[in-house]
Amino acid sequence: MVHAAPQTAPSGFWRRCVFSQDHKVVGIQYAVTGLLFLFVGFVLMTIMRWQLAHPGQPIPFIGGWLGPSRAAQGIMLPEFYNALGAMHGTIMVFLGVVPLGVGGFGNFLIPLQIGAPDMAFPKLNMASYWLYVAGGVIMLASFFVPGGTAQSGWTSYPPLAIVNQGGQTYWLVGMLFLITSSLLGSVNVITTVVQMRAPGLTFMRLPFFVWAQLVANFLLLLAFPPLEAAAVFQLMDRVAGTSFFLPTGLVVSGKVLATAGGGNPLLWQHLFWFLAHPEVYVLILPAMGIVAEIIANNTRKPLFGYTAKVCSVLAIGFLSFAVWAHHMYITGMGTTMSSFFQTTTIIISVPSIVILTCLFLSLWGASIRFTTPMLFALAFLPMFGLGGLTGLPLGMAPPALHLHDTYYVIAHFHYIVAPGTIFALFAGIYHWYPKATGRRMSEVLGRIHFAGTFVCMNLIFMPMFIQGLAGMNRRLYDGGAQYAINHDVLGLHLLISRSAWVMGLVQLVFIVNFFWSLRSGARVGDNPWDATTLEWAAASPPGHGNFATAPAVYRGPYEYSVPGASRDFTPQFQADVS
Amino acid sequence: MEIPYTVDARPDTGLYNAKLGIWLFLASEVMLFGGLFSGYVLLRTGAADWPSGWERLGVPLAAFNTVILIASSVSMVLSRRALKIGQLAKGRGWMVATAGLAAVFLAVKIYEYREHLHAGDVPARDNFFATYYTLTGIHALHVLGGIVVMAYLAGPGAAMWTRQRQRYANRVETVALYWYFVDLVWLVLFPALYLL
Repeated sequence: MVHAAPQTAPSGFWRRCVFSQDHKVVGIQYAVTGLLFLFVGFVLMTIMRWQLAHPGQPIPFIGGWLGPSRAAQGIMLPEFYNALGAMHGTIMVFLGVVPLGVGGFGNFLIPLQIGAPDMAFPKLNMASYWLYVAGGVIMLASFFVPGGTAQSGWTSYPPLAIVNQGGQTYWLVGMLFLITSSLLGSVNVITTVVQMRAPGLTFMRLPFFVWAQLVANFLLLLAFPPLEAAAVFQLMDRVAGTSFFLPTGLVVSGKVLATAGGGNPLLWQHLFWFLAHPEVYVLILPAMGIVAEIIANNTRKPLFGYTAKVCSVLAIGFLSFAVWAHHMYITGMGTTMSSFFQTTTIIISVPSIVILTCLFLSLWGASIRFTTPMLFALAFLPMFGLGGLTGLPLGMAPPALHLHDTYYVIAHFHYIVAPGTIFALFAGIYHWYPKATGRRMSEVLGRIHFAGTFVCMNLIFMPMFIQGLAGMNRRLYDGGAQYAINHDVLGLHLLISRSAWVMGLVQLVFIVNFFWSLRSGARVGDNPWDATTLEWAAASPPGHGNFATAPAVYRGPYEYSVPGASRDFTPQFQADVS
Repeated sequence: MEIPYTVDARPDTGLYNAKLGIWLFLASEVMLFGGLFSGYVLLRTGAADWPSGWERLGVPLAAFNTVILIASSVSMVLSRRALKIGQLAKGRGWMVATAGLAAVFLAVKIYEYREHLHAGDVPARDNFFATYYTLTGIHALHVLGGIVVMAYLAGPGAAMWTRQRQRYANRVETVALYWYFVDLVWLVLFPALYLL
């Protein structure tokens, strides 16, 4: 293997920090930008929660500042409410969680964990980050165009998305940028994992995190292009006046639309969910990988069932392409289709449960170190479990008829993504922060952040199960007050909204910790957590080219508490057990 | 810093990085055109009546274009072969020929578009023309991308030949793989849109 001669980092601020091709810088850029977008998405939701808790009352503090096209005399307009909902979902999924989980953690950790000096295609890496930024800027710019931003939900269902005024075209163009970015990124990650593993690092010695990223990137590579096709169709419908998704004789505002017609709205839903269901696994797999690493490290035990987990993650990858239409039971696509998709949906729950069970069993008999990352990782397990189990009724067509488009659905997928994935991402930030910066984050602030977030998350999403089971629909401007059926559970909106606002304040603790620790956190050595995987062989922070000498791998990723070893961890890069 | 396997193949995978990269990229392209094509199939099978392609489109011109594109694949093979036996001038020549044939294809395509647009057959007319313009348009963008890269490799990019001969040959190989794929897509689009 050709390896690094004395390495020279590019000089100059712009090449080093802005247009950098170093995977660690690109990873941190992705992570910080992703965190910023998570914050933006969260703020949109806190504004939206005001309207749900206090419908028709002026928004305090910022109501006047929003302007008459969004909030008349400080009172939120329905169009703005729709825009907030659509952009909250879009930003959280496409600009927040995926860039942080796949772009941030993937870029930073994968080359380090496989002992490579960088990604296989560093220029491509830089390009994919800047395409992502461009896509994000286009999305945000749509807030300031006449008519406002996209208002048809993050799913952009036609015909509504096509006949709506406003920034839907920006949404589509922004999405094309994001798809291109993730395409370049996934080609890069897969090539890196396949081609650049250090000597001795066979596939079955890869850390589980790398496996999870590998599968997630295959999903991005193969599932995103059909959405690209769909986005092009919808763009043509909006810009060139075609009718890919517009049926014949469509009536809008009492008038028959003057288009050729003959299109099929269901076509969009099929193409959209063909991406968007695998996308759910793109959200969760990196999280599972992070949690697996942190649990192995803090239980000081080998992970339970490594092989079973690798097989499960591959099974999830394949099956996730065959479950998409379980989002479409009430579209009238027919019982044959429904039967097929509910079968595949129940099958895919098996490997997910295998992974979760293995993580739980890894805790058995361990003397656990309750560090901040471990607290978040431990909380991930029941939270993801709750989200997963409440998804089973939605996977079956009959209960889905009742639950579809209610707050139950919101609670279900948020339990997977918010207290699930985002907890894992927080865990990862606390765990690898020392590697990225050379300093530890404050444990005290970390624990406050954890406890506050954990309590608030559950106060936000648990009541939504109750509201949804009672039949309250989502996406209602007044929170459902107009329907008598909701009156018993309407009061919960106030609890949810206040919990969301308090959770926003709790995140300030994290932000303070993040920046304070950059300067004042305790300095650490190469391997502060006594961990076994390859990234801990590099300096903290790793220099340009990562490793001072090319690492070689002698063992599996989780050799903790090996009998006869002098220490309770035997790193992959250590030649002999002693 | 040296990235391993940019030029030589990794022994256990038998691939250099860019070759795996281009295959992965083509896999995603299959899914892109698969998505576009499934849209076409679904709309056509669901339509009350859908004209046959030859009733609306000019088959002879498109057949001519098909021949052009197949010829460009052949010239691409000749370019790679010349480079393999160390003949840079010949290799560049065939690459220019490939790009030239691709340009002829695009010119014919633009002529076709103009004729249709003048006759009032705009994308909004019906879903037949909507799919026709969208599918061939995205294919044409791929042809354009190929021309840009081939022009670069035949022109300034060929400077690499003197210092890193193998790396240059690898680049040509990855572009060739892409180009065969673009041709293959046309070989599906031509019968599906013009003949059926």
